Amino acid sequence: MKICVLVKEVPDAAVQKRIDSNTMRLDRSGEKNLNPFDTHAIEAAMQIKEGGAIPVEEVVAVTMGPDSAVRALHKAVALGADRSVHLSDDALAGSDVCATGYSLAKVLESESPDLVLLGQQSDDGECYTIGAVVADHLQMPSLTQVIKIDVTDGKLRCERQAEYGYDTVEVELPAVISVGDAINEPRYPSLKAIMGAKKKPLDGKATADVGIDGGQVGEAGSKTSVLALNPPPAKEAGEIIEDEDTNETVEKIVAWLDERKLI
Amino acid sequence: MAGILTYALHDDEGNFNKNSLGAISESKKLADQIGGNAGVMVVGDISDEACASLGNWGAAKVYRAKDVPEGLAQPIVDAMAKVIQDEGFSYALFGGGLLGFEIGAGLTARLGAGVTMEVTQVKVQDGKLVAERPILQDSQIADVGYVSEPGIIIGRLNAFDTVESGGTAEVVDVQVELSSWSTKATMVQRGEQRGADVNIEDADILVGGGRGLGAAEGFKQCEELAEAMGGAVAATRAVVDAGWYPYSTQIGQTGKTVAPKLYLAAGISGAIQHKVGMQSSENILAINKDQNAPIFEFSDLGVVGDLHKIVPKLTEAIKAKKGG
Ligand SMILES: Cc1cc2nc3c(=O)[nH]c(=O)nc-3n(C[C@H](O)[C@H](O)[C@H](O)COP(=O)(O)OP(=O)(O)OC[C@H]3O[C@@H](n4cnc5c(N)ncnc54)[C@H](O)[C@@H]3O)c2cc1C
Repeated sequence: MKICVLVKEVPDAAVQKRIDSNTMRLDRSGEKNLNPFDTHAIEAAMQIKEGGAIPVEEVVAVTMGPDSAVRALHKAVALGADRSVHLSDDALAGSDVCATGYSLAKVLESESPDLVLLGQQSDDGECYTIGAVVADHLQMPSLTQVIKIDVTDGKLRCERQAEYGYDTVEVELPAVISVGDAINEPRYPSLKAIMGAKKKPLDGKATADVGIDGGQVGEAGSKTSVLALNPPPAKEAGEIIEDEDTNETVEKIVAWLDERKLI
Repeated sequence: MAGILTYALHDDEGNFNKNSLGAISESKKLADQIGGNAGVMVVGDISDEACASLGNWGAAKVYRAKDVPEGLAQPIVDAMAKVIQDEGFSYALFGGGLLGFEIGAGLTARLGAGVTMEVTQVKVQDGKLVAERPILQDSQIADVGYVSEPGIIIGRLNAFDTVESGGTAEVVDVQVELSSWSTKATMVQRGEQRGADVNIEDADILVGGGRGLGAAEGFKQCEELAEAMGGAVAATRAVVDAGWYPYSTQIGQTGKTVAPKLYLAAGISGAIQHKVGMQSSENILAINKDQNAPIFEFSDLGVVGDLHKIVPKLTEAIKAKKGG
C-alpha cells in the first residue's frame, strides 16, 4: 500500500509568533521547522511499514506551502519518507481551512493513497480540523486524535480518547487518520538520512497540475475572513516567585496557602 | 430562514452532553437576534420526550435521525448536511469536544462552508454572526466573519453557558441516506474507562501533575503532597496518554472539569485543552521551571523553579505545620 503523510512548515517553537497587521496573516519571516506534530505521523507511517502486517511500498510526504516549505519535506524524508510532493502556487496564499483542505485533497487525489496520515494539529494554526476536511473531499473514512493504530486483516484498529472515555474504532482502507502526539516517540534521523534527503525525488506541483479550481482557493476563494484583531481582555496578573533559596520559597508558598485558609 | 442548527451529543444511556446543551442555549440567543430558529440534530433511538425536553435549553425544533449511529462523526455529517440544505439553516454551531470538531470539519468540506474553531464568543454584526477566536496561544482574538452561508462555528469547551427556559421542542424524524464512506468506520467499544474510578470532582484540593514530573514515579511526590494537604491527585492528558497516571484523573477538554478551592499544578504547561478543565478553580498555584509557561498567565501564585526540589520540601513544611 501507499501511505501519504501530510506535513507543514511552521515557525520554530522558539520564535515569538505575531500577526502582520496589514495582511492579518501570521508573519512567517522567522526561523521555521517541520511541525512537531507531523513527526509523529511520519513515525506512525514508518512503524506500519516496518511492522509488516501489511506491505507498504511507499511513504510519500506531501505539503502545501511557499518555496521554503521544501525544507520541511527534506526533514520528512530524513525521517523515513521515500519521496515528497510540494504543492506551491501564489494562488494558494491566504487560504482558510475550507480552501486548504480542498487543495490538499486535490493533491492527494493525484497520488491515490491507501492511507493518509497527519498530525493532530499544526503548531501555528491549531485548527485540529484539516484531516476531517480532507477525508470528506476524498470520500474516505476518517478519525482524528488517534493514539494507537494496529493493522489487522487489512483494516486499522484505532484508539483515541473521546468525550466519554476511550473509543476503539475499526476503519477500512483507504482512510485518513490524524494522530495525537502520544502515539509514539519519533526517531531521530541518522546523519546519513539527513545528507541523503535532498537526493530523494521531490515533485513540485502547481494548482493546475492537480486540477484545483482557482476560484475556490487563496484569500479570494476562502469562506471566512478576519474582520479585526483585538487584544484579549486584561486579567489580573498573579504573583510570581522565582525559586532561588528553596527553603525561603517554600515558606512563601506556605504563607500564601495559609492566608487563603488552604492548609 | 436564518436559523442555527446545533448537534446534541449523548452517551449510550441517552444523557445529553452539557456542552451540547450550552450550544443550544447559545444558538437560541443568537437566532433570536438574527430572526431565526434554533434547530437541534439528534441521532439514534432517543425518545420523543427526551428530544422535546431540549426545548428547555432553547431548541425550537429537533431533527431526529433514528437510524444514524451516535459516536462517530461522518454519519452525523450526512445527517446535518441534509437538514441544513433541506431547511436552509444559515449556521451550524457546536459546543466544544472532539466530535463537534470532526462534524464541523466534515460539513466544511461537504457544503463548501467557512469554519472557525476554538470560538469563545459569538456576536451579531449587521444581522450576521461573527465568531471570536483566540489565536497564537490566546495572545490575540480574531473576529472572524463568514463570506457565504452556511457558516460553521465550533466552540471551545465550556464557552457557551446553559440557560433553562422550560420550553418544549417540536420533534420531527428525518430519513438520512448515509454516504458510502460514512459506514466504513465502526465503533468497536465506546467510552471505555481505564484506571480506578476515582472521584476528583468533589475534592477541595487537587494536586495536578504533568509531563514535568519526568516519569511515572514522579507522581509519588504529588501523592505525598496531596495526602499532606488532604487532597487528591489529577493529571494532564500528556501523562495519561504516556501511561503514567490513570485516565480517570485527567483534567481538561477530553477529561474532567473541576473547580476545587486549590489547584496546584506541578510541571504542567497550561495548554488550552487543560486550562478549560480547571480554570474555574478558586485558587491556582503553579510550579514550573519555565518562566514563560502559559500556566503562569492564569495562576494566582506562580513559582518558577524545579518541582523536584520544591515539592518534597513543601510536603514536609505542610506536614510540620499541620502537626504543630
Ligand atoms: C483535542 C485535544 C484535546 C486535548 N485534551 C486534553 C485534556 O483533556 N487534558 C489535558 O491535560 N490535555 C489535553 N490535550 C493536550 C494538551 O494540548 C497538552 O498537550 C497537555 O495538556 C500537555 O500536558 P503537560 O502540561 O503535562 O505537558 P507539557 O506541555 O509537556 O508541559 C510540561 C511542563 O513541565 C515543565 N517542567 C519540566 N520539567 C520541570 C521541572 N523539573 N520542574 C518544573 N517544571 C518542569 C515544563 O516547563 C513544561 O511547561 C488535548 C489536546 C488536544 C489537541
